[in-house]
Order: sequence, then structure tokens, then C-alpha cells
Amino acid sequence: MKYTEEHEWLRVEGDLVVVGITEHAAEQLGDVVFVELPEVDTEVAKDDEVVVIESVKAASDILAPLDGEIVEVNETLPDNPGLVNEDPLGDAWFFKMKIADMSELDSYMDEAEYKDFIG
Amino acid sequence: MRDAGRSGDTGLYMAELRRTELFDLHVELGAKMVPFAGYEMPVQYPAGVMKEHLQCRAAAGLFDVSHMGQVILRAKDGTYETAARALEALMPVSVLALAEGRQRYGLFTNDTGGILDDLMFANRGDHLFLVVNAACKEADIAHLRANLSDTCDITELTDRALIALQGPSAEAALAPIASGVVDMRFMDVLSAQTAFGELWISRSGYTGEDGFEISVPADQAVALTRALLEHGDVEPVGLGARDSLRLEAGLCLYGNDIDTTTTPVEGDLTWAIQKVRRTGGDRAGGFPGSDVILPQLDNGAPRKRVGLLPEGRAPMRAGTQIFATETDADPIGAVTSGAFGPSIERPMSMGYVTSEHATIGTTVYGEVRGKRLPATVADLPFRPSTYKR
Repeated sequence: MKYTEEHEWLRVEGDLVVVGITEHAAEQLGDVVFVELPEVDTEVAKDDEVVVIESVKAASDILAPLDGEIVEVNETLPDNPGLVNEDPLGDAWFFKMKIADMSELDSYMDEAEYKDFIG
Repeated sequence: MRDAGRSGDTGLYMAELRRTELFDLHVELGAKMVPFAGYEMPVQYPAGVMKEHLQCRAAAGLFDVSHMGQVILRAKDGTYETAARALEALMPVSVLALAEGRQRYGLFTNDTGGILDDLMFANRGDHLFLVVNAACKEADIAHLRANLSDTCDITELTDRALIALQGPSAEAALAPIASGVVDMRFMDVLSAQTAFGELWISRSGYTGEDGFEISVPADQAVALTRALLEHGDVEPVGLGARDSLRLEAGLCLYGNDIDTTTTPVEGDLTWAIQKVRRTGGDRAGGFPGSDVILPQLDNGAPRKRVGLLPEGRAPMRAGTQIFATETDADPIGAVTSGAFGPSIERPMSMGYVTSEHATIGTTVYGEVRGKRLPATVADLPFRPSTYKR
């Protein structure tokens, strides 16, 4: 698992990267009440805003961690946004993307580095 | 994940934050403390905003509102009448007709008809007790002193804390401490000698629930709060749920939904202006901005505060522009408060629209992230209030 400074986790699944938010992020957000997912088969560039999350406290965006193509989204989230708080690392993944160069993942933090990052 | 900066922040940030008497207890209870109106206040406890909100509707919630200003207005001649007439010079509200032991909602207005603050005031026999918003309290007290000092003494009470106990179990939780509360009805006030000193209790609040606001000597605040929390139905509730509770109840947040640029008529607060202060009344006018507000009472205002129910799940937060159609270039208004309503299980907003679009049932469009999403102009409150009348 890799982690971004924007509190996303990235998990390699075959030739895809699965993207979600960390427990720390879910806790900071508070109860999530709205999730808007990107369209499947969309080409995205790194740092594009691809997912909108609204919690009882604030609106946040999930950014595309890498250049690539969104190939699958978690259709259960818009109807059950609370899943983001219940299981952020598992069932509440947001999208899967195909990226050209898997080695780009190396630039992100591993778990120990992320734990240091959030202190 | 990145904060999109659309949270509609309601706090006033100041460098030096003050703490209420209950600060250490909040921390002990696991609260997340945030700056709000110059104080470090609990935005939520470990239960979280959603559960705290539902707890208050189902049983009872306890809120620290000690950051609010508690003010005594006492006439130099010692009569309620003089103090009441003085206060009427600053508000389009009947103070004189308020019975002893009763409380009322009031508004300080400015010369252009805007609202300087909203407040609660109570007739406590020979004087008035005012509770004003935290962010406005210094300005309010200065305003009172500048205008009323000839006839009245204005005293800010800094030795009393203020807590709110709200929800269907509030009476059962408070009655063992102050038995007289069972006979109170909505907007009654009472002084009670208790094990926690003299409590000034009003049957009122900011959630749409039955409940009480309790002014307590500062040195008894922690003990009283602990005693109330010992009741099985009472849990602490932070500012986050306080905001969603008041929004479901259709209640204004000063600084968001009303301010110096909105008149009481635009703010749909005409119910707070009794007939006696309107054109043709015995004490018509005589308050700041009456030349704006009185004609608006007779003829209407160009815009009005309304409830808005977005059709989808996307909340329309403060600042969201509102349009009459999906394509019009110019907005007809904007959202002033917006959140998810845990009890109504859908997003809800309040905002201003031009009066021609303010009819209940009108479809308007909020622009959220570049998209025009439909919303329906809705009656307030979103959830019926459960006051004990």
C-alpha cells in the first residue's frame, strides 16, 4: 500500500491501482453524507479533482494520484456514503485506475512514512 | 484528498482564544476543540456530529454555550418599565408588554434596517436579562451602553456559565435538580435555588426541541454539567450538531443567515415584530431603521429568506449561488446555511431569493461545482419543533 500527502491510499491490484482515503482522513472528515464519483473510462491527469466528498463538516476533493484512466468506480458509495467512515480501507474504495507507468507509485509514501507524516 | 474550501465556515478566528469553565471537561470527554467566536469550543465529541444530532432528538443533548454574552439591563430608577422602554429604542420588538417570568426573541437593528445581532431577553421582575451572540457581545454591550446609559446600567455577567439541555428527556434530567421546571412552558424563565447555586433557567433553546438554557454560577458549572451527564439519557453535543439541529429547526445563525445587510422583513422574522411596534401601533417605530423596516412590513421586501430542499444528495452550502433557471446568467440569490439534515435524512439549506421566487414549492437551481442542481423552496422549519407550549 502507498500513501499520498492528500491522505489517499493506493493499492496495486493486477495492472490497476485502487484508490481510497485513509482512516485518518475519514476520521478528520467526520460523517460522510455525499459522494460524487467520476465517469468510468475518463482520462485523468495527476491532481485532477476526480471525486467529491461532503461530510457533515466540509467538502473535500479526491485528486487523481497519477496520470491514467478511471476504469471502475465504487457504485455503492453514492447511495451509502457512510461506508467511508465504516470501512475506509476496505469496502469504501473510490475508484480503480489504469496507469501507464507503475513505477510512478514509488514516489509515494509507504505505511511507515505515512504514519510519520500524520504524526 | 483536499479540503475544497466550501465548508461555509461560521467561526470568527482570533489570535487569543478564550476558554469556558467547561474547557477541561470537554477535553476529558474527548471533544475536538476548535476556535469559534474567540473561544476554544467543542465542535464534536467522540460520537460524532451525526450521532450527537440524533441523540438530541431522541433523548437529550447537553451543550456548552458559555461563550454567549449574559447581560443584565437595569433601569437607574429600578423599574422594569424604564428598562423596557429603553430597550425598545434599539429593537422593533415589544419589550414593555412582556410578562414577568417570560422570555422573547429580539433583534438589534441599525439605521439602514439591518440586523446588528439577534438575542433572547427575559423579564426578571425589576430588570431584563439578555443573552446575546458570542461574536457580537462586545459590540452589543458597547451599543447598549452608548445608547441607554442615561437611564440604565448595563452589566455583563462574567461569573456565570451557560449550558443548554435539549431534547425530549431534558425535563426528566433537570427536574431532580430544579423541580420547578416541570411546570414551565416554552419561553418561561425561572430562578431556582439548587445544590448548584442559583440557576436561571429558561425553557428555550436552539434545536427545535423542548429543553432548557441554564445560567449557572461559574464555580458550579462543572459540577452541574457532570450531574446532568450522569443521567442516562444525556450526552454532550458539540457545535457541529448544534448547527444541523438549528438548521432543521429553521433557526437563523447570526452572521450567516442574518446580518447588517439583511432586514428583519427580508430575514422572514416579521413574527418577532409585534403589532404595537408596527405602523398604526401605540408604540410604532422609534427604533433604528424604522423608516426602512416599517414600509417593508406593509409592502414586502425585494428578497426573502427561505428554506431550500435540494433534490439530490449534494448539500448546497453557504455561498452557493441560486438561479431561477438552468441557464439564466444572473443569480436570484444565494445560500446562507447548508448542511445535511440527519433527522430529515437529506440535505437542507436556507438562503435568500428574490420575492417573486420565494413561494413555497418553487423550483430554483443551486450552482454546485459548476452544475445547476434543482432545489425546492420549502417551508421552515424542515422538521416540526417540539416545544412545550
